[in-house]
Amino acid sequence: MKMVKRALAAGAALMLGTTPAMAAWSDLNLRVGVTPLSREIYGLHMMILWICVAIAVAVFGVMIYSIATFRKSKGAVPATFDHNTKAEIIWTVIPVLILVGMAIPAARTLVKIDDSRGSDLTVKVTGYQWMWQYEYVDQGVSFFSKLAQDSNDARQLDSGIDPSTVPNYLLEVDRPLVVPQGKKVRVLITAADVIHAWWVPDFGMKKDAIPGYINELWFIAEKPGVYRGQCAELCGRDHGFMPVVVEVKSQQDFDAWLASQKAAMQASKAPPAKVAQAARNTDEPMALRVATAE
Amino acid sequence: MNAQHSHANAGHEHHDDHGPAKGIGRWLFTTNHKDIGTMYLVFSLIMFLVGGSMALVVRAELFMPGLQLVDPGFFNTMTTVHALIMVFGAVMPATVGLANWMIPMQIGAPDMALPRMNNFSFWLLVAAFTLLILSLFMPGGGPAAGWTLYPPLVLQTGDALPLAIFAIHLAGASSIMGSINIIVTIMNLRAPGMTLLKMPLFVWTWLITAYLLILVMPVFAGAVTMLLTDHFFGTTFFAAAGGGDPVLYQHVFWFFGHPEVYIMILPAFGIVSEIIPTFSRKKLFGYDAMVYATASIAFLSFIVWAHHMFTVGMPLAGEMFFMLSTMLIAVPTGVKVFNWTATMWRGSLSFEPPMLFALAFLFLFTIGGFSGLMMAIAPVDFQYHDTYFIVAHFHYVLVPGAVFAIMAGVYYWLPKWTGHMYDMKLAKAHFWLSTIFVNVLFFPQHFLGLAGMPRRIPDYSTQFADWNMVSSIGGFGFGLSQLLFVYLIVKCARGGAKATAEVWDGALNHGLEWTVPSPAPYHTFEEAPVVK
Repeated sequence: MKMVKRALAAGAALMLGTTPAMAAWSDLNLRVGVTPLSREIYGLHMMILWICVAIAVAVFGVMIYSIATFRKSKGAVPATFDHNTKAEIIWTVIPVLILVGMAIPAARTLVKIDDSRGSDLTVKVTGYQWMWQYEYVDQGVSFFSKLAQDSNDARQLDSGIDPSTVPNYLLEVDRPLVVPQGKKVRVLITAADVIHAWWVPDFGMKKDAIPGYINELWFIAEKPGVYRGQCAELCGRDHGFMPVVVEVKSQQDFDAWLASQKAAMQASKAPPAKVAQAARNTDEPMALRVATAE
Repeated sequence: MNAQHSHANAGHEHHDDHGPAKGIGRWLFTTNHKDIGTMYLVFSLIMFLVGGSMALVVRAELFMPGLQLVDPGFFNTMTTVHALIMVFGAVMPATVGLANWMIPMQIGAPDMALPRMNNFSFWLLVAAFTLLILSLFMPGGGPAAGWTLYPPLVLQTGDALPLAIFAIHLAGASSIMGSINIIVTIMNLRAPGMTLLKMPLFVWTWLITAYLLILVMPVFAGAVTMLLTDHFFGTTFFAAAGGGDPVLYQHVFWFFGHPEVYIMILPAFGIVSEIIPTFSRKKLFGYDAMVYATASIAFLSFIVWAHHMFTVGMPLAGEMFFMLSTMLIAVPTGVKVFNWTATMWRGSLSFEPPMLFALAFLFLFTIGGFSGLMMAIAPVDFQYHDTYFIVAHFHYVLVPGAVFAIMAGVYYWLPKWTGHMYDMKLAKAHFWLSTIFVNVLFFPQHFLGLAGMPRRIPDYSTQFADWNMVSSIGGFGFGLSQLLFVYLIVKCARGGAKATAEVWDGALNHGLEWTVPSPAPYHTFEEAPVVK
């Protein structure tokens, strides 16, 4: 039944031409993303884009009109004016006003982006050549996240593997970062060797990971799903091969996941008795927090 | 000058009447501004082809997903050295070459003020790029940390590092000497009556550019020297582990780097400001405003540098300041574009190759200006930063911007230099091929960047495949079209229809260079003309 519905929907979309058109548009433009900030950034982007398009239409219009009209071959006789104070004042003042109009909403968004107070979860991200380390601060969970094996095989020089046969080629990792949906996640970003940059386009945010610095960014992912990005600062030979993958889960699923991670971490470190206790508490995040606090 | 001239004549030897020396010695030891100008231009053309071939290696690898041709390390070397060569070896020497040829002829001076230093600054440049190209063959590979040479990554470079840094030192010394020469020439050797506000715009933009160079090249030299001591002598200027700061390098670099982009574009503005009035048969609209706008852009270039670093984690106040100061640049830049347009308004336009390139500059540079304005908006730049969007932006301002303006200048003055008209049909073919392919090459990169493709990656996820293929086709088309340019120049140097002194219809009203015969004699303006 589900299959039939999906096929019908796809057929309808094809006939209306909506799906290809939308797919094409999303290939050309910035992504809206899934966080309140990313939507605001998208709005700013579209505003500036349309302002630029409007100015371009006006300016290019005058240029094209001049090129088409004032041609020597058409017998145009050159005028002798070489300045016009009124026009010059107008085309200095109007751009200033447009800029002020753009600066105000931009400054507002900038202030919001800067405000990382009141977060629900803090994750520390460390960039390495060429992988990421994720650490759930105060939770005792941490792991490395590397390019997935099938992508890594296919990306070797003359591997003979067609990248289009690899799911999410170069955008898949062995272990993604997992975060809860609808919660304010604060990300602390640093690096261990050279400068990297942590970027998930759908969260609207990228920040450099710099040795000796701890930068921060925050996001509230509103929809569960898997979001993919890449290192965005040249970090050496394999800069193109250290993707960022974030899985957004419901709070419940996230809690369960975190608990299982803790259990696994403890199993590899702690004496057997504690592992048993952790395993018992898997379904009760509150109890678990108490247990780890001990 | 007159006094000196007659004094020399009174002596036993007629030093000033001789033509060029014979053989290779003419080029090695010349102090003639025209010879040195020619050498700069030929050097820049060679570097343009070398840097261009490196770009083609990059575009060939990016033609489709997967790695087919080069190792990722070598790919990084290609992007890095392509940029260094194009910036310091192609665009800058080309504008210096034009300055050498044209500034004395436009201000009615017999030569540059410091001719021996002029020779020295050219040959230093050759030494610099010999070192840079040698660095490609060092153990550990060529420089691969990007042309910005950010530490700590750049400190992982092998034996190529000191070669690349010495190359930068030499190129920087060459630029500083060239700038001193240009400033001294403009300040001291103007023909009687040519007050500052009567100078051609090309002279004005170069005067301002020369000051920018003198102010920022030492800053860059300092920064790369600190890299050198960090690498070889145990200092930790940029190493956090030793109390240093990797971000400090970025601040210092971009304090040089942002004025550097204007060093490349201001002379281009000057060239376009010469060409549009000539082929509109009108005076430049708003001359004074053009001068003041150039000076404002130069001033602003010193207070916007951190817009290249919005993602390094600056305090809110810093991001706010650099966002607003950057947006301000749109005002004087807008004034320039509006004035060029107003120059054409009610003119009498004709479309010879120099004008075609100047018009393409006008449209396409403006597109680069728009994407620049978009990136000034800090919150949105968090998305654009380090993606193909910025690659598209700076290539729009540098290729159909600076490079097209330089080509426009070459097409404008080439008959004056060689005494021959070039093949107009071929030049128009070169124009149309270049203009079409440069857009096929760079416009899709806006889409790639917005869709999320980072810059400086040798391989990409399959969703980016289509536009990369289009861009690569444009790249090869653009690159191969430039062979036409080389052929045309060689052909024009060897012969062709005789050019008149005026060359272009009505050019006599547009500068002193059109008052001397074509080709310009080896020595011009030995007696200064009087400018009314």
